[in-house]
Amino acid sequence: MADAIKTLFKPGHTACAGCGQAIAARLVVDTAGPNTIIANNTGCLEVFSSKYPETSWGVPWIHSLFENAAAVASGIESALKYLGIKDKVNVIAQAGDGGTADIGLQALSGMWERGHDILYVCYDNEAYMNTGCQRSGLTPFEANTSTSPSGKQSLGNLRPKKPMPEIAVAHGIPYVATASVGYPQDVQRKVKKALSIKGTKYIQIHVPCPLGWRHLPGLTFDIAKLAVETGLYPLIEYEEGKLTQVRNLLKVKPVEEYLNPQGRFKHILNSPEAVKLIQQIADRNIEKYSLMETKA
Amino acid sequence: MAKPVEHSIGIAKPGSSLANKTGTWRTEVKPKFLQKNCIACKMCILICPEGCVSGEAKNTYNCDFAYCKGCGNCAAICPKKDIEMVKE
Repeated sequence: MADAIKTLFKPGHTACAGCGQAIAARLVVDTAGPNTIIANNTGCLEVFSSKYPETSWGVPWIHSLFENAAAVASGIESALKYLGIKDKVNVIAQAGDGGTADIGLQALSGMWERGHDILYVCYDNEAYMNTGCQRSGLTPFEANTSTSPSGKQSLGNLRPKKPMPEIAVAHGIPYVATASVGYPQDVQRKVKKALSIKGTKYIQIHVPCPLGWRHLPGLTFDIAKLAVETGLYPLIEYEEGKLTQVRNLLKVKPVEEYLNPQGRFKHILNSPEAVKLIQQIADRNIEKYSLMETKA
Repeated sequence: MAKPVEHSIGIAKPGSSLANKTGTWRTEVKPKFLQKNCIACKMCILICPEGCVSGEAKNTYNCDFAYCKGCGNCAAICPKKDIEMVKE
């Protein structure tokens, strides 16, 4: 039976049941194909896919430190260029949201600035899930994490998500996109498109984490989809600095539908004012990216 | 003369995680591929976090229970409701 499974990210990894990151990682590497070299930051993905002495990866894959996948990938890309075979090999750097938005941002910014021909993939599970759900720069507003606990004095995380796609666009790189495991074919399309473009590319994929978000493992797909349908995670594409594509919403769902199944938002469900603040974030996204406008 | 030591520190064989039979992690439910209304859309293959679903033509899809952790996302994504979660 194992022979029938055609994937470059093999089963037997130690991710939790229903892991969104494992879904996204497989979509990315299978779309990129066997001629790919991956550099991975520290994080859940690195830990669960490379339990020594085994690995799930079917392509050359390297892990060095928490912050430097972008720098390592830059070196790999330069070496391939020197050998004259860069056009035959895809180089991917990947990390979780903490390794991208906080710890690895310096190396990532350097990679964007130097313009290496690399696809950087951020698996956004909205906290440091590997070490026990500490808040990161990409943790959403009012989420309960172990370092932004909810209680009498606090409603959870105080700040909204860091606008990583906009930071990427500001570097003047040719392709920036957000995706979600709620739309697997959209992830494949965006990875394919990114790899067809020469230059530095950035894709941020929304990946639910059943353990950290405290939802049932079988809801990973539904919750990822709801984040998009409520307007909290707009799927957008920038090419050469211009917003070229957004996933339009036919009907916007109220944010409660997204918040309800998740334990990390349990504390605000009884407080309509707190939910309203999250609804405002969704409304702002819908306005900013014109998510409701139908194509002419 | 001493035997040369093979340096393989930090290097692992591709796909060697197949040695971990994570199917034992399942606790309550497992998917049942009914193979009746399947339209071969491959969504179950795309969404499986383990990557243990396989199949080609309609109604041929199934998963490898040696690795399936029973999360149930294949049943959630199936547009034809052709996958059911059943008790172990």
